[in-house]
Amino acid sequence: MTKVTMTVNGRQVSGDVEDRTLLVQFIREKLGLTGTHVGCDTSQCGTCVVHMDGRSIKSCSTLAVQAAGSEILTIEGLARDGELHPVQAAFKAHHGLQCGFCTPGMVMTAVDMINRYGGALDEKTVRENLEGNICRCTGYHNIVKAILAAAAEMSAGRQAAE
Amino acid sequence: MYATNYHRASSVADAVRLKGTGEETKYVSGGMTLIPTMKQRLAAPSDLVDLRHVAEMKGITVSGGTVRIGAATTHAEVASSAEIKAACPALSHLASLIGDPHVRHMGTVGGSVANNDPAADYPSAMLALGAMIVTDRRRIAADDFFTGLFETALNEDEIIVAVEFAAPEKAGYSKFPNPASRYAMTGVFVAKSASGVRVGVTGAGSDGVFRHSGMEQALAGNFSPDALSGVTTDPADMLSDLHGSAEYRANLVNVMARRAVAAAT
Repeated sequence: MTKVTMTVNGRQVSGDVEDRTLLVQFIREKLGLTGTHVGCDTSQCGTCVVHMDGRSIKSCSTLAVQAAGSEILTIEGLARDGELHPVQAAFKAHHGLQCGFCTPGMVMTAVDMINRYGGALDEKTVRENLEGNICRCTGYHNIVKAILAAAAEMSAGRQAAE
Repeated sequence: MYATNYHRASSVADAVRLKGTGEETKYVSGGMTLIPTMKQRLAAPSDLVDLRHVAEMKGITVSGGTVRIGAATTHAEVASSAEIKAACPALSHLASLIGDPHVRHMGTVGGSVANNDPAADYPSAMLALGAMIVTDRRRIAADDFFTGLFETALNEDEIIVAVEFAAPEKAGYSKFPNPASRYAMTGVFVAKSASGVRVGVTGAGSDGVFRHSGMEQALAGNFSPDALSGVTTDPADMLSDLHGSAEYRANLVNVMARRAVAAAT
């Protein structure tokens, strides 16, 4: 067993893991943060997406020991003071989910692409950046709508703040 | 996944030392191929040496027309680098097509080149750009580096620390991705420089990545898509699998090459 320490959603956490323990197992089973899902387990579906040091990654294809010392953000870390994150609110407003299984990964992917592109996001870019996330319910249309709406709102918010 | 022991290297020398510790030790960087392979129990290294925190393997420098990319540089970093976009936009484009955003945030140039997957993107660019693969102990020309499917000239404990190439006059990359995996069913990288034209083909050849001498000769005199209209590719040298027959891939090589030349900047 190896003791790993990392920051998850702003809080420093530690745990003893086998070196083969996946980051997603550590997050779900050791920390009890079950918002991050495991869909395919073959690195294709994107339901396990979290942010590591500010970048979206697949927590099912990363070992917990590889993530030691890093900053992890999961779906549970997005809402602030009981208020949904703008991307979460946009998914709700635009019906960006049906069964909801892929939603945590979709939302974390959306936040990552808005971080990288800001207001410059267009529909084509959104669709390209959803390449690593599979949704079997929605046909993606409302997910794309929600991401574009959230990107516009967040970039307007940033401009107002400046 | 079978049990394994993890070690984090702090330098290249430290990594080589750690490589000698286990029964079957493997280097891991982004792990975007190795970790899924271990999950499927197709690989079971006793030990892993993590190269992701080795500072001397990171970063992109362009000086005097020579581009050097540290082996631990991620695909996302290559795709978004202003220096690479200025020196060789075709390589930024290639990096932006690998896998998906999450894979590009972890996967590295060095990992892709060292693994030499017959459908990986980077090996075609290394061949076409006439790149040098810089290891911890020597420099290997790309022409001598890729030796077969998943095979390279690397010794067992040798580490790629960087890749280097001279910025080409013009280069282009065109890829027909498998719709599910995004790996190349055929990808062609063309590069034109003072010394001539080089064409690297990935995803198609039954022996892995290769240079297409017929296309190189045709493009040397006339660097245009039309120059390739009479150039054929022998299906006997092509991969054939459930994704596409050898004849289909032989045709794709020509189509992708024409598109790569048309897109070259």
